[in-house]
Amino acid sequence: MADKIVVHDFNLYYGENQALKDIELNIEEKKVTALIGPSGCGKSTFLRSINRMNDLIPGVRTTGSIKIDGKNVYSEEQDLVLLRKHVGMVFQQPNPFPLSIYDNIAYGPRIHGIKDRKKLDEIVERTLTQANLWDEVKDRLHSSALGLSGGQQQRLVIARVLAVQPDVILMDEPASALDPISTERLEELIIQLKEEYTIVIVTHNMQQAARVSDMTAFFLNGEIIEYSETNRLFTNPSDSRTEDYISGRFG
Amino acid sequence: MNAKLVDRIATVVFYLITFLIVGILIGLIGFILYRGVQVIDWEFITEAPGSLLTGGGGVGPQLFNSFYLLVLTMLITIPLGLGGGIYMAEYAKPGRITQMIRTSIEVLSSLPSIVVGLFGLLVFVQYTGWGFSLIAGALALTVFNLPLMVRIVEQALTAVPREQKEAALALGITHWQTILRVLLPAALPGIVTGTILAAGRVFGEAAALMFTAGMTSPMIDFTDWNPASPTSPLNPFRPASTLAVHIWKVNAESIVADAKEVASGASALLVIAVLIFNLFARWLGRFIHARLTSSSKA
Repeated sequence: MADKIVVHDFNLYYGENQALKDIELNIEEKKVTALIGPSGCGKSTFLRSINRMNDLIPGVRTTGSIKIDGKNVYSEEQDLVLLRKHVGMVFQQPNPFPLSIYDNIAYGPRIHGIKDRKKLDEIVERTLTQANLWDEVKDRLHSSALGLSGGQQQRLVIARVLAVQPDVILMDEPASALDPISTERLEELIIQLKEEYTIVIVTHNMQQAARVSDMTAFFLNGEIIEYSETNRLFTNPSDSRTEDYISGRFG
Repeated sequence: MNAKLVDRIATVVFYLITFLIVGILIGLIGFILYRGVQVIDWEFITEAPGSLLTGGGGVGPQLFNSFYLLVLTMLITIPLGLGGGIYMAEYAKPGRITQMIRTSIEVLSSLPSIVVGLFGLLVFVQYTGWGFSLIAGALALTVFNLPLMVRIVEQALTAVPREQKEAALALGITHWQTILRVLLPAALPGIVTGTILAAGRVFGEAAALMFTAGMTSPMIDFTDWNPASPTSPLNPFRPASTLAVHIWKVNAESIVADAKEVASGASALLVIAVLIFNLFARWLGRFIHARLTSSSKA
């Protein structure tokens, strides 16, 4: 399998504080890669480095490279808007816009220049179907997205991301605000999506990482302690700190 | 004393304070309306003031001037205020320069209105050569309203949840489009409230206008709507007294025969106008907000 994202010698500083240290990571195409670790270990920071959302925070400095399809996203020529079109992101809190369900999905495509009504209709139906939400909302596409449940909102947000046709999807603890049933549906969706997309997911829930991911990276204090196939990491970790963490001794 | 008793006393005290404030307000508005409504009739609303000695007539031009000045001021204030607010909320980096801008805005907003009036007299009336004019009045009022407007737009924008902004940026939407299509619609209710507050000052301001828009209204012809014509009500370069200035003037010039009646009627009219304007602005804000945030029609 080809490597979609190659991270080399990546460091990130918040002012004087080093939040990420010498990160080396190869993320495979069309696989789900889980990032686990205790709070404050840098896994979310790392995730947000991939689509450069950390640029929004004043005082952030980075060294090293993150290459997607061989192109360094931290190079001078990198167009941030283009990068974020290719690398979609789903956040911890479902964050639909205060618009109708239809307009939430059509938002990105419209701004990126698609005006044709038929085309937009087609995108809305396709992405909502992909996100397993179509049957639940097809009769109320024009009512407010804020009327949906948390789980539905999170799937709507995923559909909204799919509508701008990314090839990488970053998920930052996408299920942490959801109930168990919604979480299960979201996990099914993630497994479906890896047919077409490369997915990187940050999660606090180790069972979740074990259920949905192919590869898992264990972060601790801004470093990657261990990175291997999910099965191996959870059944036969090679580092004692990984073992302590997954067996619940800390974190 | 036990905590429960203190809690109860505190509750009663807060209720009393609230009733007191509401009571004063009702008393004040009731008094103004009671005194004024007897004077207000169609003639009072539409006619120009009678001569100084005989009295009579109405405050028609003044009423029109108040609203027209409001429109002119808002035409200048809203775009500048939006621009300044957006800059402060989205572009200004924390640091000494931003801090200096913020301090300047605060100083500007606390200037006494008579000082702004004299400044306006010097710059907008004399230096520009426009003389007493609506445009000079509108610019002087902008000096007051701009800081208020900037602050309110900034606060409304920063109050939009961060998740909304991140969602938009993460979709590959540019900063400007995010401001225009996500932040501004979400901040609109706050911006409308701010605009109403700023507008209220336009209706009520007298000191700054005496020296800029002037205390007299020339003969204006309400059938002539060509803004370039000197007798047109729309001409921004004509002098114009507003309701608030007119109230001050008839009271100050004690020779006016029916000064009391005119003042009472004009005060009541001013209160009613502000009330109507507020209700309308709130309705408009809700309407636009609903249009921007609900579905677009198929």
